[in-house]
Amino acid sequence: MWDWNFTISILPEILSALKITVLATVTSFFFALILGLILTMLSRVRIKSIAMITRKFIDFVRNTPLLVQLYFIFYVFPQYGVALEPFTAGVIGLGMHYSTYLSEVYRGGIEAIPEGQWEAAKALNFDRANTWTKIILPQAIPPIIPVLGNYLIVMFKETPLLSAITLVEILQTAKTIGANSFRYLEAFTIVGVLFLLLSYPSSRLIRSLELRLNKNR
Amino acid sequence: MKPMFSYKKVSKSYDELEVLKEVDLDIEQGEKVALIGPSGSGKTTFARLLMTLEEPTSGVIEVDGEPLWHEKKNGTLVKASEKHLRSMRGNIGMVFQHFHLFKHMTVLQNVMEAPVTVLGFSKDKAMELSKSMLDKVGLADKLEEYPANLSGGQKQRVAIARALVMKPKIMIFDEPTSALDPELVGEVLEVIKEIAKEGDMAMLLITHEMDFARDIADRVVFFDEGKIVEQGSPEKIFNQPETPRLQAFLDRFNSR
Ligand SMILES: Nc1ncnc2c1ncn2[C@@H]1O[C@H](COP(=O)(O)OP(=O)(O)O)[C@@H](O)[C@H]1O
Ligand SMILES: [Mg+2]
Repeated sequence: MWDWNFTISILPEILSALKITVLATVTSFFFALILGLILTMLSRVRIKSIAMITRKFIDFVRNTPLLVQLYFIFYVFPQYGVALEPFTAGVIGLGMHYSTYLSEVYRGGIEAIPEGQWEAAKALNFDRANTWTKIILPQAIPPIIPVLGNYLIVMFKETPLLSAITLVEILQTAKTIGANSFRYLEAFTIVGVLFLLLSYPSSRLIRSLELRLNKNR
Repeated sequence: MKPMFSYKKVSKSYDELEVLKEVDLDIEQGEKVALIGPSGSGKTTFARLLMTLEEPTSGVIEVDGEPLWHEKKNGTLVKASEKHLRSMRGNIGMVFQHFHLFKHMTVLQNVMEAPVTVLGFSKDKAMELSKSMLDKVGLADKLEEYPANLSGGQKQRVAIARALVMKPKIMIFDEPTSALDPELVGEVLEVIKEIAKEGDMAMLLITHEMDFARDIADRVVFFDEGKIVEQGSPEKIFNQPETPRLQAFLDRFNSR
């Protein structure tokens, strides 16, 4: 049966693993946000070969399992002299994988901007960079914030995979606790509740952000 | 005198479809040219080539003697780089049928963004200039509004102020009132008339408002099937049309 004393005794360890999990999620997410945008723009440049290579890269990353990519980064790269901490390898793997999904989201947002906005910017003699930063992205991004935010939650829920490259994240910690004490109920319950407690308010937060950013449209 | 803008045997095709056929046209500094003609005759395409929104298939367009879509490299004309296009584009402004205001910016921001970002003006200077432009088009009381809250006529007047603040040598108006409710057409035509009076800036005005064209144009050019069929003073074009095609076109208008 449920043991409250045991629950309280394992809480600190789980919470400190939670800190790592959250940090890995947030760092990966920001990495994915930036890399995703770069991929979107590279896949749209007028130099055909760059655009094509970018699209191939996106397809490749999307169509291979995240776990395989994590293994590659963590176990294969060191053989070529690139040894990474589990945290760094995890952030690169998770971030790169989801950047390809976010890049699709950006693309949708950008393609929703009417051609006339590009033409007006050109008629006013904006250069390419300013057209993107002043005209296109400020209109393309607010509507996709909820979708981007959803990916933050999706990525959060993917973090248990990082245990495969020895990152001490929250689920792995719970499993270890369970194995050592032969009590799994409390540890796994806490993990489930913590995921819920973080995911749900996050989705509310995203919703209110969306309302604020879109209020003038 | 050399014309300020010059189309020389300019053609434009989309795949098989030949939209413009070796068109020649000169526009002097400050000259107001009205472009009339049936829909589909190539007027918009003609204007978009000058705004560098569309590239000619053949021929040369010159601005102040310098080719727009080409640059000289080792004595031969090659396709212009983006850098060259940007250096030429500043001479040209455009007002679109559907305004194309920046929806995420207020009226004032719409007008002052390009002076700050493109011309490098200080915020203060750009704001002062933009406010005076918006005052000129009668929108001094709408500075903080977003485009979504404006009428069509107001939107088009913001678009005019936004293009005007860049001080182009020529302003293209592509059917600036065609997307407006009839009761809002007058306020926009009034503003364009005022600007035309000021002089120095040339205008290429595509319109179906014949009275308006007669009023402000120095020259009227009649387009049909991708060619200039007839051109001349408003009196000549509207009172003594020579070609049967122009006569038929005007008859259709007058009988409406
Ligand atoms: N981007 C395009 N692709 C293919 N055909 C086009 C394009 N733009 C214009 N056209 C065609 O070119 C012709 C002339 O169009 P346009 O210049 O808009 O004429 P106008 O402004 O006189 O009505 C039309 O037949 C139109 O369908
Ligand atoms: Mg047209």
